[in-house]
Amino acid sequence: MFELDGAMISRLLTSMTLLFHAIFATLGVGVPVLVSVSELIGIKKKDPHYTLLARRWTRGYTITVAVGVVTGTAIGLQLSLIWPSFMQLAGNVIALPLFMETFAFFFEAIFLGIYLYTWDRFKNPIYHWLLSIPVVIGGTLSAFFITTVNSFMNQPQGFELENGTVTSIDPLAAMFNPATPTKVFHVISSSYLTAAAVLGTIAAISILFKKGSAYHKKALKLTVSLTFIFAIMTAVAGDLSAKFLAEYQPEKLAAGEWHFDTEEGADLIVFGTLDENNEVQNAIRIPNALSFLAHGDFNAEVEGLEETPEDERPPLWIHYMFDLMVSIGFYTLGISMLFLVFWKVKKWNEHNKLILTGLALAGPLSMLAVEFGWIYAEVGRQPWIMRGFMTVTEAATTSPHIGAMFILFFALYVVLGTGCVVVLRKMFKNNPAEIELEHRFPQVAATKEDDNS
Amino acid sequence: MNYELIGISVLWLFLYGYLIVASVDFGAGFFAYYARVTKKDHIINQLISRYLSPVWEVTNVFFVFFFVGLVGFFPDAAYYYGQSLLVPGSIAIVLIAIRGSFYAFESYGSKDNAFYMFLYGATGLLIPASLSTALTISEGGFIEETGNGVQLLFGKLLSSPYSWSVVFLALVSVLYISAMFLTYYAHRAGDKPALELVRKYALFWSSPTIIASLTTFIALSQQNMEHFERALDLWWVFGISVGFFMVAVFLVYQGKYYGWAFISVMFQFFFAFFGYGASHLPYILKPYITITSAVTNETMAISLIIAFLAGLCLLVPSLILLMRMFLFDADYVKGNK
Ligand code: HDD
Ligand code: HEM
Ligand code: HEM
Repeated sequence: MFELDGAMISRLLTSMTLLFHAIFATLGVGVPVLVSVSELIGIKKKDPHYTLLARRWTRGYTITVAVGVVTGTAIGLQLSLIWPSFMQLAGNVIALPLFMETFAFFFEAIFLGIYLYTWDRFKNPIYHWLLSIPVVIGGTLSAFFITTVNSFMNQPQGFELENGTVTSIDPLAAMFNPATPTKVFHVISSSYLTAAAVLGTIAAISILFKKGSAYHKKALKLTVSLTFIFAIMTAVAGDLSAKFLAEYQPEKLAAGEWHFDTEEGADLIVFGTLDENNEVQNAIRIPNALSFLAHGDFNAEVEGLEETPEDERPPLWIHYMFDLMVSIGFYTLGISMLFLVFWKVKKWNEHNKLILTGLALAGPLSMLAVEFGWIYAEVGRQPWIMRGFMTVTEAATTSPHIGAMFILFFALYVVLGTGCVVVLRKMFKNNPAEIELEHRFPQVAATKEDDNS
Repeated sequence: MNYELIGISVLWLFLYGYLIVASVDFGAGFFAYYARVTKKDHIINQLISRYLSPVWEVTNVFFVFFFVGLVGFFPDAAYYYGQSLLVPGSIAIVLIAIRGSFYAFESYGSKDNAFYMFLYGATGLLIPASLSTALTISEGGFIEETGNGVQLLFGKLLSSPYSWSVVFLALVSVLYISAMFLTYYAHRAGDKPALELVRKYALFWSSPTIIASLTTFIALSQQNMEHFERALDLWWVFGISVGFFMVAVFLVYQGKYYGWAFISVMFQFFFAFFGYGASHLPYILKPYITITSAVTNETMAISLIIAFLAGLCLLVPSLILLMRMFLFDADYVKGNK
């Protein structure tokens, strides 16, 4: 099953690039939202802590954006280099959102450049805040456009295929296919969630290890509140995605849930293992929950994997990907809620070690959830690259050098990843928030002695 | 006009835009490193980084725009170029990735790191060299189509005089364009010592540029006679280009009107680039794809053109804002902001 032929290496190379890009892309979409919110609060409350927060986040963001841009450029080119036949066919139908995505990037890149270098240029700070809006819009729009392309690969429509040539093309129908609404919603909400959780992790760690000041506590409150809101949105969107799958792509849901036989009132299988007869062992069964997840009705019928021809079934290990993603989703929701409850109840100390540790974990875990989610969504589409029309084997390049390219890119990502971590550490270690605060806002620093709020 | 011509013209225009802004950027990286090695970095590096910092990402998008648009308008090109350019294309991606990210690491993170600057300088020359292979193979004769798909003939590519003359032309043009721009920029910034230095670079790289153009032209006649003949039919276009070259060099030599000099450089390359492009047609990749055979369907072409126009309405005002804030804001250029 696991043969290292050209198509397999092509898949691995694409997966590697996409999963690496996804880290930076997710932050690229989410962080501007947090920056914008924080800057606005800083202006409204006249509290330089929030302004400094926005400023320091932006500085870290420039590094991750840079890696996002270059790895994104890599994907854009690799789509043609590694999947030439796919792009030849799909380019006819789905080129429009890909093309518009570049405009969204362009727009974002221009305003990010302006935003970065104009912090002190305006008398009225609200003008500078206004510049963050196009950055937020640009990032979110590019996520929207690229996700429509991915939706199209799952639910191709808007064309007809006659002896290998495409006719009756409708680019808008291709873009707004049945997968688009739920996918876009889930991808964008999970990006916001991940960005909030990652920035929350930083604040939590500062308080845990360095007894953070009021600055860090404000950062934590802001990020965790947003984490909570976005976690709810993500869960709702994920639920809608499952309902979409049940209706349009039942084999992906069935493989992900180890749901083999079509039945009513289907149980949800959580974790577990499969024995040699594909019988589920060691799993937690939640009665009738799959029916609810799939159709919003505990007794509804859910299509099983048996209805899909054997050679069109996705691999069964994606079950773990789904379960891990969902578990992390509930974890972030729970831990952020716990913090908020402890904060609101005056007697309890929300900065206790346990909650802080839990929050410190939420960031890396959310990032993992994004990766698991993508693996679930993309491997769950196997063997298709364009569901129902073209398989990955048909689409892959036939160049003999693909293996060498895999090694080349692996080395590249190691270098980029290391460089990114090293530079980010250096940037903030040599310039702690307290010192920067004193330097930029001496009047606040003088009264800084903790207000313990 | 038909869609394929609109499509290819728009794309060509973007590639031209990339050629100019990327050359400025690539060359500046090289000069920054060179100045450091020759201990002149205190003179010009401040200038270079003030210009580059706000714009490097925009440069990259020009390129993304070009290849995404190419695949959109001419999906067949994705197949042939994708299959044959896997190796050179991947190398170009790696270089671009290293350059972009290490630039950010250097300028926002660890300032004046010699190794990062070296990477930035070296990739500035290697990227144009690897990207130019796409233009080289488009002339035909470097790929073959077999039962196993399209494959690039590396031996032929590496032993062809035409291929090397294109690489050489790409390198010297990058340095020439960049030096010309920096001359203008230094003048705007009122930075006399920097101006003196980059003006020397500009004059130095002007003659290799024109020599390389001629050799490439001659090598083209060996590689693709038909293209060469179509280019001769357009001799006047290339003539105008040479005219602008002379104006540019003359102005810089005289030491005045640096702004006009750089505009002349832009026109010089505009005419040469469009002359080359026009005589290249109808082929996009000889002999496999022509603009008519590869063009996408009409619906997609129309929607791409509409998206393009709508996008321009968004981008042009934003770009003007960017330029007014950095490039043409005298206080910023002089370092007072
Ligand atoms: C922080 C990240 C995160 C979290 C906490 C969740 N997801 Fe998710 N999920 C994603 C991040 C993600 C993703 C990376 O954004 C995916 C990959 C492809 C996609 O459309 O979104 C995804 C895909 C995805 C799919 C497949 C959609 C498709 O292929 O069309 C389903 C059914 C769910 N998710 C369901 C859920 C449920 C029920 C969750 C419960 C809380 C959940 N997800 C939490
Ligand atoms: C333009 C849109 C996209 C295209 C053309 C595309 C194409 C592909 C292809 C060809 C594969 C290899 C086949 C496979 O192994 O499943 C793949 C896999 C994958 N893609 Fe997508 N994809 C797109 C969008 C995305 C996005 C936006 C992400 C997330 C950032 C993503 C994440 C993944 C992952 C994680 C895999 C790995 C699957 C595996 O391990 O096999 N994809 N994609
Ligand atoms: C979850 C899915 C994805 C998201 C949210 C996403 C988002 C982003 C973001 C935010 C950037 C940085 C752009 C900037 O700030 O200028 C970026 C870069 C880029 N992405 Fe992705 N991306 C995703 C997947 C993909 C895929 C599958 C492709 C392939 C078509 C792609 C193509 C690109 C390109 C070409 C760039 C570089 C653009 C530039 O040069 O500015 N992205 N992406």
